[in-house]
Amino acid sequence: MLAACGHLATGRPDERPDGARHHPIAPAALRVNALSLRALTRRYGERTALADVTLELAEGLTLAVLGPNGAGKSTLLRVLATLLRPHGGEVEVFGNRLPAGGAEVRGRLGLLAHEPMLYRELSARENLRLQAALHGIGAERIEALLASVSLERRGDEPLRTLSRGLIQRAAVCRVLLHDPDLLLLDEPYANLDPAARRVLEPLIGRESGKTRVVVSHDPASAKEDSDLVLGLARGRPAFLIAAGELDDTALSQLYG
Amino acid sequence: MNPPHSTEVVRALVVAQLRLELRTFESLPAMCLFAVTTFVLFHFGLNVDRVSSDLASGVLWVTLLLAALLGINRIYVADAEQGGFDAFLLSPAQRPTLFVAKTMVLLAYMAVVEVVALPAFAILLLEPSLWNALPGLLGALALGNLGVAIIGALVGALAVRTQARDLLGPLVSLPLLVPVLIGVAGWTAPLLHYPQALAVAGRWPLVLALYDGIFGLIAFALFDFLLED
Repeated sequence: MLAACGHLATGRPDERPDGARHHPIAPAALRVNALSLRALTRRYGERTALADVTLELAEGLTLAVLGPNGAGKSTLLRVLATLLRPHGGEVEVFGNRLPAGGAEVRGRLGLLAHEPMLYRELSARENLRLQAALHGIGAERIEALLASVSLERRGDEPLRTLSRGLIQRAAVCRVLLHDPDLLLLDEPYANLDPAARRVLEPLIGRESGKTRVVVSHDPASAKEDSDLVLGLARGRPAFLIAAGELDDTALSQLYG
Repeated sequence: MNPPHSTEVVRALVVAQLRLELRTFESLPAMCLFAVTTFVLFHFGLNVDRVSSDLASGVLWVTLLLAALLGINRIYVADAEQGGFDAFLLSPAQRPTLFVAKTMVLLAYMAVVEVVALPAFAILLLEPSLWNALPGLLGALALGNLGVAIIGALVGALAVRTQARDLLGPLVSLPLLVPVLIGVAGWTAPLLHYPQALAVAGRWPLVLALYDGIFGLIAFALFDFLLED
């Protein structure tokens, strides 16, 4: 088992454009595990989607998950998000064992999946007001978040009329609305132009200061943007290494 | 972080669902059109201006029930297709709040359908006015609608997560709704008697209230498990 000790990062509390808290990352010795997986297994019927995934990730660090299509990356995110039950092994998120501790975890995580999880016929504001009610928070953060992704002017238009990039911005607002401690990001920058990426990076990138699990198909950005890299091949861990150790040998285990 | 207040969650879910319906009109027009068209077909098929109270009661409730199925089949479709289910499950909201919200939305749908369909029913199949029967009928509508909405919100959640939701919804909900149909038709028949309404047997309101209460509690308890992976 490889434990995440990762890189040290320091920072001061600062003002973020979305008005969210920005926690400085504590020294490694003070950190507690955000994630702890031991021999996690998940099946779909007879097919094993994940097997023997074991890792620990300390709070404030970023885990990149690499692997070819169908390797189990999205399944891993959905298990961590409490949407899928683990079929074997143990999963703890912020010390809460899943699935029993799911209720304690849900308010502390945000999942950005391929689907925006927003109603197409409702506007971004209407969707976010609904999400605010579901999370038991006031609607005050909505305007700040929409402004932070430059969506405030088009926030009243139905989502079906917006481009994919703008919908992704609205989805990021949904993910950040309740100021989660853990971000689960499934190819967060897919289909985004460089300008949109620049807008979203301060919110969901490394500088957000949050614990992150990022599924990616881009080894270069995974190496640059994470502390640990998990390689999945056919649902099994091929490697779990510090991001700095990611090289062609490791990648050849995934992509041949 | 404090858990969200369930009343606020239900209110927000109901508002969102009604907004979706008002923008897409996916359910209500189909439900209303189905009910009115069925009464027209019965009018010409039976070739009478006025049917007996027993027959009228049966025609009314079977039609309303089948119209309700159209709404039940679609009540969770936007949630399933656009990720609303996942967004809800990712929140710390109590799971049964979704059931309560969908029950309230189905009740609203039924009320709208009845406002449109009852005048058509009266004109096409009851020669005299429906006004005399209306006070008693409102009670039957309230408890009958509640039974339909409870079963619909429960079965809809089960069906929408399957490939064959259009088949599974009616297949599971219709047998469960037979007691509602018996109770509400038995309650309504004497109210539609011509020339003068007859007294309603007290057992029918009691049966319906009991059914609604028991199935409401069962659905409330089961709903959490229905949403589980």
